[in-house]
Amino acid sequence: MHGPIATHRSATGVPTGRLGTWWLLASEIFIFGGLIACFILFKLNGTPGFEDASLTSVTAGAVNTFVLLTSSLSIVLAHAAIEKGDQNKSFTYIWYTIGAGLVFLGIKTYEYTGKILHGHTITENLFWSFYYTMTGLHALHVIGGMVIMALISFDIRKGYNYQRVELIGIYWHFVDLIWIFLFPLLYIANF
Amino acid sequence: MSEAYAHPNYVKIWFWLVVLLLISVAGPMLEIPALTIITAFGIAVIKAFLVAANFMHLKFEKQIISFLLILALCLLGVFFFGVAPDIMMTDGDQWIDCIADKSCVEQRL
Amino acid sequence: MSQAAAAVETGIHAEHHEDLNFLHKYILPLDHKIIAMQYIFTGMIMAIIGGYFAYAFRMQLAFPGELVPGYGLVGPGEYNMLVTNHGTIMIFWVAMPVLIAGFGNYLIPLMIGCDDMVFPRINRLSYQIFLVSALVLILSFFVKGGGFGGAWTAYPPLSSVAEYNLTDWGSSLWVLAVALEFISFLLGGINFVTTAMNARAPGMKMMDIPIAVWFIVIAVILFMASVGPLIAGAVMLFMDQRIGTTFFLPSGGGDPLLWEHLFWFFGHPEVYVVLLPTLGIVADIITVFSRKKLFGYKTVLYTAFATGGLSFVVWAHHQFIAGIDPRMANIFVVTTVLISIPLAEMMFSYIATLYGGSIELKTPMLWALSFLAAFLIGGVTGIYLGASALDVYFHDSYFVLAHFHYTFFPITIIGMFAALTFWFPKMFGRMMNETLGKIHFWGTFIPFNCIFLPLFFLGLAGQHRRIYNYQHFPDLATQELQNIRIFATVSLVVMLLFQLVFVYNFFVSMFKGEKAPDNPWRANTLEWSTSSPPPHGNFKKLPTVYRGAYEYSTPGREEDFWPQNVAPE
Repeated sequence: MHGPIATHRSATGVPTGRLGTWWLLASEIFIFGGLIACFILFKLNGTPGFEDASLTSVTAGAVNTFVLLTSSLSIVLAHAAIEKGDQNKSFTYIWYTIGAGLVFLGIKTYEYTGKILHGHTITENLFWSFYYTMTGLHALHVIGGMVIMALISFDIRKGYNYQRVELIGIYWHFVDLIWIFLFPLLYIANF
Repeated sequence: MSEAYAHPNYVKIWFWLVVLLLISVAGPMLEIPALTIITAFGIAVIKAFLVAANFMHLKFEKQIISFLLILALCLLGVFFFGVAPDIMMTDGDQWIDCIADKSCVEQRL
Repeated sequence: MSQAAAAVETGIHAEHHEDLNFLHKYILPLDHKIIAMQYIFTGMIMAIIGGYFAYAFRMQLAFPGELVPGYGLVGPGEYNMLVTNHGTIMIFWVAMPVLIAGFGNYLIPLMIGCDDMVFPRINRLSYQIFLVSALVLILSFFVKGGGFGGAWTAYPPLSSVAEYNLTDWGSSLWVLAVALEFISFLLGGINFVTTAMNARAPGMKMMDIPIAVWFIVIAVILFMASVGPLIAGAVMLFMDQRIGTTFFLPSGGGDPLLWEHLFWFFGHPEVYVVLLPTLGIVADIITVFSRKKLFGYKTVLYTAFATGGLSFVVWAHHQFIAGIDPRMANIFVVTTVLISIPLAEMMFSYIATLYGGSIELKTPMLWALSFLAAFLIGGVTGIYLGASALDVYFHDSYFVLAHFHYTFFPITIIGMFAALTFWFPKMFGRMMNETLGKIHFWGTFIPFNCIFLPLFFLGLAGQHRRIYNYQHFPDLATQELQNIRIFATVSLVVMLLFQLVFVYNFFVSMFKGEKAPDNPWRANTLEWSTSSPPPHGNFKKLPTVYRGAYEYSTPGREEDFWPQNVAPE
């Protein structure tokens, strides 16, 4: 058995890997949730600078949202494929997801560069501080997810750890969920 | 995966997510604040629910996981509503229009 | 496991553990018992540093302006660094690693009857990140400007502006160390909770789980839920420090009070995070040494849930005089006083457990009983502080300091010694010396009270915290008060010297102590059913559980204990 017997027990009925992944996500909810809560607090307080949400490109944000939604689809299809044992199809879908992640990061890089060249640096005002912090932390999670996904893709091609496709999928959906909330907060200004 | 359940149609869910995305982008363009909130944020919540229930399989998962997540969100709510009065109310009954506070901001101290 | 699951989890292969070299056994271990010892030893070394800092600043307070033997001169900036890092080290690098990561790691798999934690490699990684965090903190003492001196609470703008705190890199390294420690414990927490939820021995129902395991798991859940916003805050603080953002600076639209809320939303549950493991360990010790069932297992469990839940809604009692809305303060007074109720009920249950028992005053029991006595004083004095009107006077005075030392010291130090003396035979296969154990106990407990009881009175006299020299305050510079300070400091030195007895006992017993049987204390929980120390894989044959953990002196049985894994006749 790979790993201790403990890992293969399941008194709750939820396999250990999946249970652990959900606990990870629960704690991440507090980290991102804390940041988002602080953002909302300042925004609702009328802190100067938050009207700059109109300066972020809704098109770029919407395209990125579409990219992440599609990447969520591809990773769940990867999971459906590996459930049937189709290693190659799953491998392909995983790499589609990684590709989508790269597109996302590319668009973000383009956005960051444009904004910084226009003088909207992280220290300009509190809105931009939050913008770069929140999307930056999110991007780090995207990169981490992509790296782990790549490693899992090689594992499944060798024939083991099929269950991890579902787990990285759950993580990836969470990253998508965070972005679903960051998009309206950071890109839609008129309220 | 030990549970045998019928998968949702993932592509169908994706399609609806994209439709909702388009609505949430179009809504704010009408520049009505209440509509913006409903379309931008309300739809975000619906999209989140669709992703969580279908892509993350929460619809088919043991209930304890959903319970855990709801609890986490409630605690975040406690944090938000506990902190909001302090961050969002800098003026008070006795201390209206804080001159010292505002002058600090103006002088960028 | 169903066939579908087995079909997915292909490619599992066997691993052989007998042929591990020194590197893989002790430096890069996967075995939870070794990782536990890594945490415990690291925590004990950090305790020496934390204690050394306490020695230095107390000597300054007792003999102001004089060179502290073995340290040097303690100026105002130096003093701030010492108190800040004493607090930070004791909470994050002693209490948590020893009680939670150390004993949690050691006990949970053993007590629930499985062979390791469910994620051994994440376990190893969490220790490695923890070690890095400790090294980063120690590094902060040696950079230009020295270690951070803005108090363990790190309120901005003092903590975020280098011109104010004068410790440019020290402050950032401090924040980084704390953030790394948080991540280490988040990872560890996932391991603990998943293991406890899933990997229990067959037959072990939820109500058969020992209280020590329950409480460590609840503590870890509290930690995971409360630390998130503070991690966000730490990122924001770090950026304020290094990049010049203004999350907490009013001049840029930020709010220093936001940090206070982020910090204390974590800070208050944190104290229950460290309290619950010790309470759990004490429950297991007092049942063994009074040969009696735990009085009200379910009640004790429910009070822990209540305490955990309530701990999330009391945090602003640390901010009563920070300028928060007084109406909010009222709400927090109510919740703060409420939280004393489940804790009091827990204490009553423990006392009821002792009542009528056959008390054996072995060393672990002395520690457990002294915990109850000392924590009672700590807890009760907390109620005074929870009344916001009184807190107007007491906030930031030595009354607060005495209160939290009467809680933290029992939790951390007494709890640590209780656990170490109780599980030493299991961990090292030898018995500690009882006489030396008792000498160490009295030599710690009596001086502890001599240090902190007088501090209540200093607080009542108006002595403020975090001041390096009270000679500057005429009302506080009286000889009477100075005598109290000297008395407390001398008691500290005495207490520190007695720790040498423990060090001697610990290391000599490890090599020369009497060989320990499997179950020297005649206890019920599963760790005592295997050899001392347990083999790799913990049990020759994984146990099945037939009853709860507290069947002591069960009527109708000859033996006064009934191990969980013994099949019914």
